[in-house]
Amino acid sequence: MPFQLPAEVPLSWYLILSAILFVTGAAGFLIRRNIITVFMCIELMLNAVNLTFISFSNALGKVDGHIFSFFVMVVAAAEAAVGLAIILTVFKNRATLEIDEVSSLKL
Amino acid sequence: MFDVPLFLTFAAIAVACAINLVLQTHPISSALSLVGVMGSLAVLYLLLGGQFIAAVQLIVYAGAIMVLFVFVIMLLNAGAEKRPSRRVLGAAVALPLLFTAAALGAVMITTQIPKTAAVKFGAFQLGGAASIGRELFTRYLLPFEVTSILILIAILGAIVLARKEI
Amino acid sequence: MQHLWLIPALPFAGFLVNGIFGRRMPKAAVTATATGSVLLSLFWTVKVLLGLGTLEHVYLERYFTWLQSGIVNVSFDFAVDRLSAVMLLIVTGIGSLIHIYAIGYMGHEHGPNHGGYYRFFAYMNLFMFFMLVLVLAANYLVLFVGWEGVGLCSYLLIGFYFLKKSAGDAGKKAFVVNRIGDFGFSLGMFLILIHFGSLDFGSVFGKAATMSPEASAGIITAICLLLLVGATGKSAQVPLYVWLPDAMEGPTPVSALIHAATMVTAGVYMVARSSALFELAPVAKETVAIVGLVTAVLAATIGLTQWDIKKVFAYSTVSQLGYMFLGLGVGAYSAGVFHIMTHAFFKALLFLGAGSVIHALEGEQDLRMMGGLRSKIPLTCFLLFCASIAIAGVPPFSGFHSKDAILLAAHHHAPWMFWVAVVTAGMTAFYVFRAFFLAFLGNYRGQGHPHESPPVMTAPLGVLALLSLVGGYFDVPHYLEPMFHGGHAPHETSLVVISVAAGLTGIGLAFLFYVAKPGLPDAVSRLFGPVYRLVYYKYFVDEAYDAVIVHPARDGSTAVLWRGVDAGFIDGIVNGVGSVARSVGGGLRQIQSGYIRRYAAWVLLGSIVIVAAASFLGGAR
Repeated sequence: MPFQLPAEVPLSWYLILSAILFVTGAAGFLIRRNIITVFMCIELMLNAVNLTFISFSNALGKVDGHIFSFFVMVVAAAEAAVGLAIILTVFKNRATLEIDEVSSLKL
Repeated sequence: MFDVPLFLTFAAIAVACAINLVLQTHPISSALSLVGVMGSLAVLYLLLGGQFIAAVQLIVYAGAIMVLFVFVIMLLNAGAEKRPSRRVLGAAVALPLLFTAAALGAVMITTQIPKTAAVKFGAFQLGGAASIGRELFTRYLLPFEVTSILILIAILGAIVLARKEI
Repeated sequence: MQHLWLIPALPFAGFLVNGIFGRRMPKAAVTATATGSVLLSLFWTVKVLLGLGTLEHVYLERYFTWLQSGIVNVSFDFAVDRLSAVMLLIVTGIGSLIHIYAIGYMGHEHGPNHGGYYRFFAYMNLFMFFMLVLVLAANYLVLFVGWEGVGLCSYLLIGFYFLKKSAGDAGKKAFVVNRIGDFGFSLGMFLILIHFGSLDFGSVFGKAATMSPEASAGIITAICLLLLVGATGKSAQVPLYVWLPDAMEGPTPVSALIHAATMVTAGVYMVARSSALFELAPVAKETVAIVGLVTAVLAATIGLTQWDIKKVFAYSTVSQLGYMFLGLGVGAYSAGVFHIMTHAFFKALLFLGAGSVIHALEGEQDLRMMGGLRSKIPLTCFLLFCASIAIAGVPPFSGFHSKDAILLAAHHHAPWMFWVAVVTAGMTAFYVFRAFFLAFLGNYRGQGHPHESPPVMTAPLGVLALLSLVGGYFDVPHYLEPMFHGGHAPHETSLVVISVAAGLTGIGLAFLFYVAKPGLPDAVSRLFGPVYRLVYYKYFVDEAYDAVIVHPARDGSTAVLWRGVDAGFIDGIVNGVGSVARSVGGGLRQIQSGYIRRYAAWVLLGSIVIVAAASFLGGAR
């Protein structure tokens, strides 16, 4: 039997896409060492979560998911502003963007 | 009727850009890949009936936030990452973890989501600015106002952190 | 409403003012607050008693429910009957006089910010407060509050000169010995609560009277014996009397007020208060009499040999308290209370007079360093003479009346008790006059320049002297008769003559030994060498207690409790907890690498575990 595309997109596809994006972001977070890239990976994970919200909102026929993703965006914006300011400060003080060199939390 | 092809196209673009984001060593390439992910996600939001969110995604995320990223990258003149010297152990830990996470996600999605649930284009009518705004200023008024305080704090924090003396 | 609460509240207010602000107040203000509050309390007592009239029945004031839990239902009540009326007058009256006296006696106690002065008066006021609570209490628990409170003040005031090691030790001794008695008292209270379901005097005695004697005889005897243990601690009876002679380390007004006139009679008061119970327990009553008699004899013999003037009077106090217990034990409760009163008069006078002598000699307390003071401080000499003839039982002075009442009752109860008590009375007269003659007759043997005390000290002494002389005509026994059920001893003139003769013999012997033939005491003491030494060293009771109780307790504490339990076990636990925490922390510390991505990996692992657990355990549906 030849592979037949469905007429409508199943909800699970959106969720699988979201999962793939999330795991990719997490992988980047764990693998990359440039602080800015790590930061962008976080943004990627947030986007994946947003996609889940919107999908479920669609599936349930309620607007709340949109509101949540809106808030996520706002928080992401705030986080980006502060996080990038921190990155600037770290770079000014240590002249590096290598994440493993910023490890003074350790005893 | 173009639902499925559109979804597949933009999902593929998003995944490709995401993987590119992770694999590129130069941050500016990663940033541009992220813009690609966000743009394709905006199209998917439209497919899901979220016009308002799609617009915000483009304006705020792909626009403002990414501009901030690119600006910082250029300001710091960050170059490509150096080759890792001892990342074998890290990968040995990270990859099984990620694989487990992905597998868990797949299991959850396949077992918990009914097979018949489908996204029908045009069925969801609440994604406009009117309905979102109504919710935002009635039921979600307090979180909304609190968010404004959060942004204020973030602005102050950014200013304080970015001052010269620190 | 007569506002009984004002009687203790006034000294308490004085304590608060002096205790908190005394350091910054001028000396005159401290004095005025302290003595003023006590005088006001005396005034209010008189006013209340006049307002209550003849006090045919108990007058009760209820204030608030204090404890309510299960069968324990204790309210904070004060009550006045004839017994507490007598005690109230003694406490506030003598207290006022001694406060006034202390103004002069403690006048030198002013270091920077007149150091000990305000502290002394604050403690004294606190003592008055607790003592009045004790007397006014309408149930055993409130009485116990006062009981413990006066013990605390006694401790504070014995150790008043806390820089002196002996004073601190004496305070601790008093405190510890009293704890033993208080332990017995609390056990007695628990038994009362279990048996009668109440601690109120009224309901306890009422129920005791209606219960069948056979069924409750054992438990009432146990209660009475435990109460007696408490009384022996507070009132310095055998075997717990050892703290009182040491308590003379405190300032003399303290010795007079707390350790002679008021606090030490609390045990007598408590037993008299519980007379309804003791009447139902003949065994306990007999024990009271014997304890009192033994104490009286033992302390009197020790008093014969002491050289420290305050020690003589201290043993005399113990001995007289023994008399009071004898009176209680033979059923003459009213005579015992009567003796509390007369004893308060002449013993306070003896102590204050001794204080006046000590004050005159600038701290000298040894009788061998006195002598011939009659011409140097004649007023004090006269006042002390009044006290001495009062305590010696010379008619018609106060000691004669009360002691005689006790002796008659003792004879009525058991003649041998009477004879022992008569001999003790002779010894009492002997040692008091021995001290008197040694101090005032003969030639002065010290080096100082004695000077008479100021009027602020001698005036209260004058009042006390008057009371000592005529106090026997306050007919307390008759006043208290309706309260007690004890039999009335018939008056027998021959017995009175015998007891008076014993007293006069004691005085005569003292005169013979210490004035007429000064060499005689040494000869006698050589003749009875071992006996003399035994008595001089107070029967080695302190040493015996040391050997039997204190040393084993200390060695046991060192070997078992300190080295074993504390250093071995408890420290082991503490150190073990510490080292476990340290090693676990050392292991966990490896997780805290400082690398952000490792933290992220932990977060990822944790979320995987949680989601997996939730889904497989059925949390997610």
